[in-house]
Amino acid sequence: MTPASVLGSVSGAGGPNIPSFGHASSCVSNNGTFCWDWFTENWSSKVDFQARLFEHVKLTVIAVVIGFTVAFALAVLAHRKRWLVPPVTFVGSLLYTIPSLAAFQILVTITGINDFTVEIALVSYTLLILFTNTLAGLSAVPPDVVDAARGTGLTDTQILLRVELPLAVPTIIAGLRVAVVTIISLATVAAFIVPEGLGKPIFDALNAGDFNTKFIASGVLCILLALFADALFVGVQRVLTPWASARRTR
Amino acid sequence: MALNGSSTAAPLEFANVTKQYPNAETAAIDNLSFTVPAGEVCVLVGPSGCGKTTAMRLVNRMIDLTSGDILIDDATIKGRSTTDLRRDIGYVIQHVGLFPHLTVLKNISVVPKLLGWDRQRMNDRAHELLDLIGLPQEMGSRYPSQLSGGQRQRVGVARALAADPPLMLMDEPFGAIDPINRDRLQNEFLRLQREIRKTVVFVTHDIDEAIKMGDKIAILREGGQLVQYDTPANILADPANDFVAQFVGADRGLKRLALTRLDEIELGDVSAARHVNQADTVSDRATLRDALSAMMSDSMRPLLVVDAEGTPIGSVSIEQINNALRRGRTDAEPTASTT
Repeated sequence: MTPASVLGSVSGAGGPNIPSFGHASSCVSNNGTFCWDWFTENWSSKVDFQARLFEHVKLTVIAVVIGFTVAFALAVLAHRKRWLVPPVTFVGSLLYTIPSLAAFQILVTITGINDFTVEIALVSYTLLILFTNTLAGLSAVPPDVVDAARGTGLTDTQILLRVELPLAVPTIIAGLRVAVVTIISLATVAAFIVPEGLGKPIFDALNAGDFNTKFIASGVLCILLALFADALFVGVQRVLTPWASARRTR
Repeated sequence: MALNGSSTAAPLEFANVTKQYPNAETAAIDNLSFTVPAGEVCVLVGPSGCGKTTAMRLVNRMIDLTSGDILIDDATIKGRSTTDLRRDIGYVIQHVGLFPHLTVLKNISVVPKLLGWDRQRMNDRAHELLDLIGLPQEMGSRYPSQLSGGQRQRVGVARALAADPPLMLMDEPFGAIDPINRDRLQNEFLRLQREIRKTVVFVTHDIDEAIKMGDKIAILREGGQLVQYDTPANILADPANDFVAQFVGADRGLKRLALTRLDEIELGDVSAARHVNQADTVSDRATLRDALSAMMSDSMRPLLVVDAEGTPIGSVSIEQINNALRRGRTDAEPTASTT
């Protein structure tokens, strides 16, 4: 699929073009709001929502893992060398503000039509939020805690690993939650370049003249995935930071 | 110390210590010299900007000195690695700086862990310290956010004591505590100090706290200059100059009275107070200031002094108080020792 054809079909869609799967139910024939029978039939074959969902997870995980690694390293570095903060923030903001469709379009001319291109774009959207939050978490550690740590004989590395990073966990995870939800949403646009993820059936449904069930199923799966990922991070944070939820008696 | 049957304390010496920041016109600490004998509390006191905290932070090299030397147990601090040095020195600061993500027990065990103690020894020590600072054992599993300010400060002291350091640095440790609890924490620390006998450098801006806590007081003035270094009693009796006199306050006579208890002075005959009624008695643990206050509420008549059992052991009148003050001015103060 080329970008032009997708855009063309979105704007110039005619009446519903119902897929002919032989024995279409009345719901499918009438393009009902949501045809459960069609969805179950397409869960693990044909459209194969299961595979699309898996691809979507893969696109997201790769983008967030790479984005987090880069942003985390930069934030730890910038925490010690503050002069790095303005330039990194500037580049991050620049990448963040490029409209996603434009970003994909530009990147295709440089790196071609492939997963690599998609991931570059997705990663670039995670950097700002992950960098900013990690840095904010590290900077928010109370100065007297750091002073006490230094005064009791912790080295700089020990202060970072045993004091600053553990205390930054809630802020870092808050950033990860925003980043992951953003990327799950943005990854649908990736289907603009490669036929992968939940964006694929969305584009197809638009192409095929707004077949409701396909469109809604893809969208709802996206939302459920985002909610699940978010809940997962909340759980991880609970486990990692028992101190943050400890009952305050005073 | 009651802990592990042993305790260490080391003498501390400031030898012509100067701290000059680059780009600053005057020195932050100017040729500071004094010695704190092992096991004594030395209070650094002075108005803000006098360099008292700077002087304290030079000891564990949170700040590096420009010239002169600091000796702990007659060994210079200069050659030592800063982390090793700091693990050997207890450090307590005003806002405590407990690690919010660690339980009380783990906070206390920070230095032992750095020193590579085994788990059993760390745990035993942490529990021992909870007892020492008077916190119930079950508080060991709490997080700092679940403690009151006073409890946090106690845990801060326990953390500083964990590896039994020969020297403790305390920077306004009770400064952020309300007056009632501050008084209690001060008393607790004095009781603790009688037991553990550490060498302590204690920073405060509060002269009353300095008088109460210090075996010796070093009064500093702007520019990090030492104006007077002596026992609280001698400083109150004999301020070195107007600056000290003003700093200790116009009520220094009354402050002196608060330093001495009735059982430390020569009392008058029981008969001198015989004619007074039962209400005009005072405990021998009361200070001269308390006694004077009681006298003033009853036309300065002598009071009957009783011991813990209520047995009369003597009397106190304005004359005895006056004599005690005169004796204190020379050298009879129990806290006075070599300078």
